[in-house]
Amino acid sequence: MRHRACGSAEPAFVLAILLILVVSSTIFIFSARLYPAPRPISRDAVLVDRQYNLTLYATGGAFLLAQLGLAYAALRFRDRGQNARFVRGNVALEILWSSLTLFVFVGLGTLGRRAWADVRFTPPTPGAIHVEGTTYQFAFAFRYPGADGKFGRLDPSFINPPAGNPLGLDPNDPAGADDIVVSELTLPVDRPIELVLRSEDVVHNFFVRELRLQQDAVPGMTIPVHFTADQVGTFEIVCTQLCGLGHHKMHSLLHVVSQSEFDAFLQRAIAQ
Amino acid sequence: MSSEPRPSSAAVQAGSGGEAGLLRRYLFSTDHKIIGLQYFFLALAAVTIGMILSLCMRFHLVWPGAHLPFLAGGIMTPEQYLALVTMHGTIMVFFVVTTAPQNGFGNYFLPLQIGATDMAFPRLNMLSFWLTLLAFLVVLSAFFVPGGAPISGWTAYPPLSGMGDITGPGEGIGQSLWLMGILIFCVASLLGSINFISTTIDLRAPGMTLTRLPLTVWAWFVTAILSLLAFAVLFAAGILLALDRLAGTSFFLPAGLVVSGQLETGGGGSPLLWQHLFWFFGHPEVYIAILPGMGVVSHILANFSRKPVFGYRTMAFALCAIGFLGFLLWGHHMFVSGMNPYSSLAFSVLTLTIGVPSAVKTFNWLGTLWGGKLQFQTPMLFALGFISFFVTGGLSGVFLAQPALDSTLHATYYVVAHFHIVMGVAAIFGIFAATYYWFPKMFGRKMNRALGELHFWLTFLGVYSIFLPMHFVGIAGGIRRYADSTGANYLGALQPLHGFMTVAAFLTAAAQLIFFYNLGRSMSKGEPASANPWNATSLEWAIASPPPPDNFAGCFPTVYRAPYEYSLPACPQDFLPQHLPPEHGAPSKQEQGHAS
Amino acid sequence: MPARALAESPGGNSGTGGYSGNDGRGGPESGAPERVYITGMLIALGGIVMFFSAFVSAWVVRRGLPNMDWQPIALPHILWLNTLVLAASSLTLAYSRRCLTRGDEAGRRYWWGITTILGVVFLAGQLLAWRQMFAAGLFLATSPGSSFFYVFTAAHALHVLGGILALVTLAMRPPHRLTQATATRVVALYWHFLGALWLLLFAMLLLGE
Repeated sequence: MRHRACGSAEPAFVLAILLILVVSSTIFIFSARLYPAPRPISRDAVLVDRQYNLTLYATGGAFLLAQLGLAYAALRFRDRGQNARFVRGNVALEILWSSLTLFVFVGLGTLGRRAWADVRFTPPTPGAIHVEGTTYQFAFAFRYPGADGKFGRLDPSFINPPAGNPLGLDPNDPAGADDIVVSELTLPVDRPIELVLRSEDVVHNFFVRELRLQQDAVPGMTIPVHFTADQVGTFEIVCTQLCGLGHHKMHSLLHVVSQSEFDAFLQRAIAQ
Repeated sequence: MSSEPRPSSAAVQAGSGGEAGLLRRYLFSTDHKIIGLQYFFLALAAVTIGMILSLCMRFHLVWPGAHLPFLAGGIMTPEQYLALVTMHGTIMVFFVVTTAPQNGFGNYFLPLQIGATDMAFPRLNMLSFWLTLLAFLVVLSAFFVPGGAPISGWTAYPPLSGMGDITGPGEGIGQSLWLMGILIFCVASLLGSINFISTTIDLRAPGMTLTRLPLTVWAWFVTAILSLLAFAVLFAAGILLALDRLAGTSFFLPAGLVVSGQLETGGGGSPLLWQHLFWFFGHPEVYIAILPGMGVVSHILANFSRKPVFGYRTMAFALCAIGFLGFLLWGHHMFVSGMNPYSSLAFSVLTLTIGVPSAVKTFNWLGTLWGGKLQFQTPMLFALGFISFFVTGGLSGVFLAQPALDSTLHATYYVVAHFHIVMGVAAIFGIFAATYYWFPKMFGRKMNRALGELHFWLTFLGVYSIFLPMHFVGIAGGIRRYADSTGANYLGALQPLHGFMTVAAFLTAAAQLIFFYNLGRSMSKGEPASANPWNATSLEWAIASPPPPDNFAGCFPTVYRAPYEYSLPACPQDFLPQHLPPEHGAPSKQEQGHAS
Repeated sequence: MPARALAESPGGNSGTGGYSGNDGRGGPESGAPERVYITGMLIALGGIVMFFSAFVSAWVVRRGLPNMDWQPIALPHILWLNTLVLAASSLTLAYSRRCLTRGDEAGRRYWWGITTILGVVFLAGQLLAWRQMFAAGLFLATSPGSSFFYVFTAAHALHVLGGILALVTLAMRPPHRLTQATATRVVALYWHFLGALWLLLFAMLLLGE
């Protein structure tokens, strides 16, 4: 079957050009860091970024090879009257590239294990600050245990946001009398944190980009996450799990402050 | 075996066993070819609707305050946006990429490629189609009821989806209708799978051994097994969700929920249980969407490279491996769900492992091209496009497969970019490739080549323009299923990217008009096609275009060789059809080249 | 064109394939070979296994949830009788098939009828079990245990109902294009499967409570 050129350019050339265009734009946008993720603010976040970069180089290399390989094959073997080479396969080659792929992919996974394990497997450090994050349609509420260091009992039957009890603190439990409930999360820098997430209605999520950390908040469960923020600043908290019509409006702020500012914050809150 | 072209005055033949009546012939036919076309046109209708929904979404993301004439009240509300998200996903996943590649082309060409007169159970086949159409209509009806369509996404996580409309608009009747439609779809899929699997096992022509099956048949066969096992689980999960919604049970609803100020009774259930059941279906589902496209690509690549598929047995094995492994990965959708973090690592390793057969297929496709005599007809262009997108989408998945990275990328636009490139582009390119390839056989006419090429260039460029930037929205923290960017402050900076994607989306959608025009016009005015315009080897090309009602006009084939015998050294022609006996001057097995 | 010449030759065939196994009732032009109905039923049973596996795994997970609110329910005693009835119906169906192979049409119909009746008795028994549950105050939404009980028994019963419909339809004559032997074998596969499934489900419920 003789190939008929379409218009002025053979399809092989146009395809190759498009593939080169795709590859170049991808490389450009990544290298130019036009829309980068915000800077990491914890050691674990830095680990995540390192793993991300490693994965980027590995997959980026594969991406380049594959797309340009496709372009090259299209150009080199376009029908110019030659005969095709009759080849059924090459077992040795197949074994080689299968093993290589397995090694690279599983290797990536193994290397990335630490970044996950550090956050999820390790129990809280003694002396960690315990905070509870509660989600509901469509806001966050954070609770500190107060001077007694104990969280008061919660009961959904007491939930009454207009009366200032969004979490349902049981008034009969004295441990809860000094609990601090606020809508934004304030934490001290360089202190390990245990944040326990809960939900009152549907599945929500707690995500801070700079921590490279997100976790679903599931009703009926209490789910801890651990992190240590090592830079002061204000960072945004968003909900990433579709939770209803207000999903896109469900956000809050994380304030990482110095230890003294944190103590002051707690004092002010207790006084109220 | 004669293969002269038949006069192409009738585009579609009479159904088997039916008389002349229009209803019997075109609507209530048990002929697998008609049913295949019915599924195909259903998918075309679905993709049109799905695409329009997505254009509304993209428009809203850039101009959220715009007055839209078709909306009561004018400005799109967040719940309307979420309804669009839900229905777009549902329609596209179920009624386009699960329907066209498998039920559309599979129904039409599986019997032909194995030398059968029809599917094993033609009436069951007809029932499957009508149930699918019913499911589609029931799902669509959710738009038109009070409260509108559901807002819980195509994934319908409870409790949001499990409690009626106290969790949000559309969660009342809309969600119930959606659920009913999906349950009907499950039944239709199960019945269809039974047909595909039984037909492939028992209705192969003499000589059509498993190692002589075209890779399209292998793909349809493995996909049907996935379908059987996965949809059975979705059916069960959907029943439990329906009971939670309508009968007061609490399979997925924990105790002590306070929704809209109301304390809910009952409970003790687990939202994670739904996620496990759903994704046990949901992950094989994406392989159901892509595997037929892989089969088509292999088939087309061999045809238009004039070479056998490189590593045929490996390719068949890789399809099986992907199918099997696909059942073990569902947890990678749940890394941050609250699931045991140790399981996450297990799921992660398995997910990375499935990258191996996928990569092997890509290498073998390149191997098929290598040393070939490449002809860039439109089917070939779309097949090559498939490979490009499959590589891109597959590689972006390597990030998501690692829980540490998923901790940042989960539920961002990065994920949306990833699955659109593999499902919304590669799978669609598979459908396009199949359409351009098999159009001459189905309709006895050729599609216009210039228009086909133009369609390819514009679409290829267009979809990369839409979905490459989307990765960067995700990396920067753009969250999916957000009705607009007025929430968190950092989202505003991403609007230029959204603007670019929206413009690209509209332009790409417009380019699809070329395809529709080409399709419609060629059906009645296209240049008449011969039986084998692509000089192909598989059995569907051994019969007239379009095929006679019983497929082989009484002259049933016997198969003598492997499916991709192109450019055999000892052969004067550069292809050797599967059904030609050796004594017709064609080399026998001993005379052929290398062993496989 | 000669209709069946090519298809009947075994030529070059190193695997299964072709229409040669259909006892002459129909060539390729009249449809699929008989054995495909057996294949189809086996595949369908695979789907049904997955369906019930989903329910069973949900049951296992629900029981093991840390909120520890699982209360065992007392299973209605009539379930034991129903189990016996269903097991007996498998026996009678086997008798019916034996009569078929011996050419004893009257015997075949007799045992087929008994099987059908036993199937109906089983269903009635299951309904009675439900009434016993109602009497004990255990409804669908009462507790997780009761919810699953109704889901399992209803799902199984609906499948049995389908089996009974098949038994009734095929009592006298086989369907178009099938021999009595094949039709019987297909129904038997389904029926015995449902019996075995019930034994498994019942044992599971017993062990669980």
